[in-house]
Amino acid sequence: MQKDNFKWNRKDLLGTYDLSKEEIIFLLDTAKSMEEVLNRDVKKVPTLRGKSCVTLFYEPSTRTRTSFELAGKTRSADTINISVSASSAVKGETILDSVKNIEAMSVDCVIIRHNNSGVPHFIARNTKLAVINAGDGSHEHPSQALLDLLTIRDYKGTIEGLNIAIVGDILHSRVARSNIFALKKLNNNVNLVGPKTFVPKDFEKFGANVFHNLEEGLSGVDVVMVLRLQKERMGKCFYPTEREYAKFFSVNRQSIKYAKEDAIIMHPGPVNRGLEISSDVLDGEKSVVLAQVTRGVAVRMAVLYTLLSGGRFEDSN
Amino acid sequence: MKIVINNATVVTSSGVFRKNILIKDCVISKISDSPISERGASFVINDKDLLVFPGFLDMHTHLREPGFEYKEDIETGLRSAHYGGFIGVAVMANTNPVNDCSTVTHFMICRAKETGIPVDLYPIGAITKGLNGETLVEMGELRSAGVVAFSDDGKSVTNSEILRRAFEYAETFNMPVICHSEESYLSKDGQINEGEISLLLGLKGIPREAEILGIYRDLTIAKLTGGAIHIAHVSTKEGVELIRKFKKEGLSVTCETCPQYFTLTEKEVLGYNTFAKINPPLRTEEDRLAVIEGLRDGTIDVIASDHAPHHLDEKNCEFQNASFGMIGLETMVPLCLELVRMGILDFKDLAEKLSRRPHRILNLNSPKIKEGEPANLTIIDPHFEWEVNEKTIHSKSINTPFLNKKLQGKAKYVIKGGEAFELF
Repeated sequence: MQKDNFKWNRKDLLGTYDLSKEEIIFLLDTAKSMEEVLNRDVKKVPTLRGKSCVTLFYEPSTRTRTSFELAGKTRSADTINISVSASSAVKGETILDSVKNIEAMSVDCVIIRHNNSGVPHFIARNTKLAVINAGDGSHEHPSQALLDLLTIRDYKGTIEGLNIAIVGDILHSRVARSNIFALKKLNNNVNLVGPKTFVPKDFEKFGANVFHNLEEGLSGVDVVMVLRLQKERMGKCFYPTEREYAKFFSVNRQSIKYAKEDAIIMHPGPVNRGLEISSDVLDGEKSVVLAQVTRGVAVRMAVLYTLLSGGRFEDSN
Repeated sequence: MKIVINNATVVTSSGVFRKNILIKDCVISKISDSPISERGASFVINDKDLLVFPGFLDMHTHLREPGFEYKEDIETGLRSAHYGGFIGVAVMANTNPVNDCSTVTHFMICRAKETGIPVDLYPIGAITKGLNGETLVEMGELRSAGVVAFSDDGKSVTNSEILRRAFEYAETFNMPVICHSEESYLSKDGQINEGEISLLLGLKGIPREAEILGIYRDLTIAKLTGGAIHIAHVSTKEGVELIRKFKKEGLSVTCETCPQYFTLTEKEVLGYNTFAKINPPLRTEEDRLAVIEGLRDGTIDVIASDHAPHHLDEKNCEFQNASFGMIGLETMVPLCLELVRMGILDFKDLAEKLSRRPHRILNLNSPKIKEGEPANLTIIDPHFEWEVNEKTIHSKSINTPFLNKKLQGKAKYVIKGGEAFELF
């Protein structure tokens, strides 16, 4: 563990693109050390008492928001949820004005999800608050990538030098981008698999390999990460029908045979069962989908703690 | 009124000479090798570092009035042009109401005169009513009202049949058509140039092919009709190559680029910099170099600003919702001088691309530095260093990626209508 001589000095967590390898490992280690509290009877420690966080979500979310809220509450921070329909946005207030108002109420941290890429970055430049990106458009979703890395490390014993396939709509996926950036920093081999409409060749410039069929893309991989088909983020011409997509790119009993025998199957949720992944694989023994969700809370505790405690790592138990 | 310019470097289309100029009653009355007596002169310029150019014309400007006066109005826009060193600007039709009828044209010309700012405003009429891409405007009447060209700038005329008829009909009145060349299905909802950076930022890309196809279509139709066309804001390598090819084949085509396309690349948008969100988008380094080569070999006739002011609220927001465009009238001179400093163009080329060619394309008399000609001059200090900021810019808006950057060179005087104006 490196935290003894490591100093965190970022105000915000906007993406994995900017993070160093050391920062990623630090957050994973911090999450690991905080995970234990979730197994206690009384799931609460006072480490963020007196701190307040607002989740500001302009897009629907179950997992991420609940996970951040639980993470904050477990550390005794006060968490408040603002969703777009309940906020001033419907009255035409700009997002920056909303955040400025939240800032004026002496909040410590704002957790933002928005359907437009770059919004948390724009906000972060214009506020003193700590800003956490909980997903921006097709750009980044750093806490998801961190929880994915933690899950992989727990199941594979390492998070370096692995072969990892990401399958599906890479083009529109913020989960894919955050994972590609983080996994490449840790020297993993990353295969991107999907029809050419979803996996443009330019992704190779980020160090990933591009494949357009499952047999090649999944061949010999340790991890298969399946992405949700994001129907809300694309036009009509990315794939002809769901039936055809499932036929060629669904991760199912048949196609997971290309991966290593001990490969794990991941999915960030929510799942379109029978479309990008079959139910038997999703519910099968290789699936670690629910283990990802559990680690989501630990990772978000680590993120909140790291940003709100000013980078000092004290014994949090 | 007598104005004397002594010891100046005079840039004409035939070369660069050390000369002394006497201006009397709006006219260049004498150009001599020996200094002119400064006695009795109401204005004297005597500085051997200054460059005297025929007056500059920006043939691609958005002044936003009527309709969007909160971004810019005719007065502030002309003032910005004046301080940028221009004696004239041709203004695009995408106002509200659109300049698609003589009433709007008259209004623009009158407003410009009322301001008293010594910059001529030349309205460009829309090609189609309300820029709807469907119904042709009354081109003959608009020409009588003072329109110098037609353009649906900001949009491409999607229907090729209508574009063909527009070329033909405009040719009837000997009027040029300025094409914003873009295949709009390919570019739909795009934010920045498509490629590594659009993937990195998770923004929908505008492929270079949208411009290339647009230019190819527009050139092909112009070839069919034989009309005079001018391609606006060329930003891609293949766009430049296509224009070069059609020119070689004898087509009557001209084109322009803007300083941003030979100075900046798509990297400028990293960090979601909305000031660098423009259309066509900033492209790759390869494109930038091809645009420079096009300027050097003469394929690109004109450098225009595509001055597109926007209120700060329209830029200080989410990238997706930010407006396209940047201001450019006041950064034109220093950015063009950079091409001279790099040895790509000489001063004579600048006189061509900023004065003679744009005047010719719009069928306007181009200013000449010759005895007996009207004195319309732009006089530049090529060494003056200044910072682009709210204090130095006269436009109502400050949306430019050059904000807070230091540039070298600035227009110091403009001579127009028999008067000399000191700009700094």
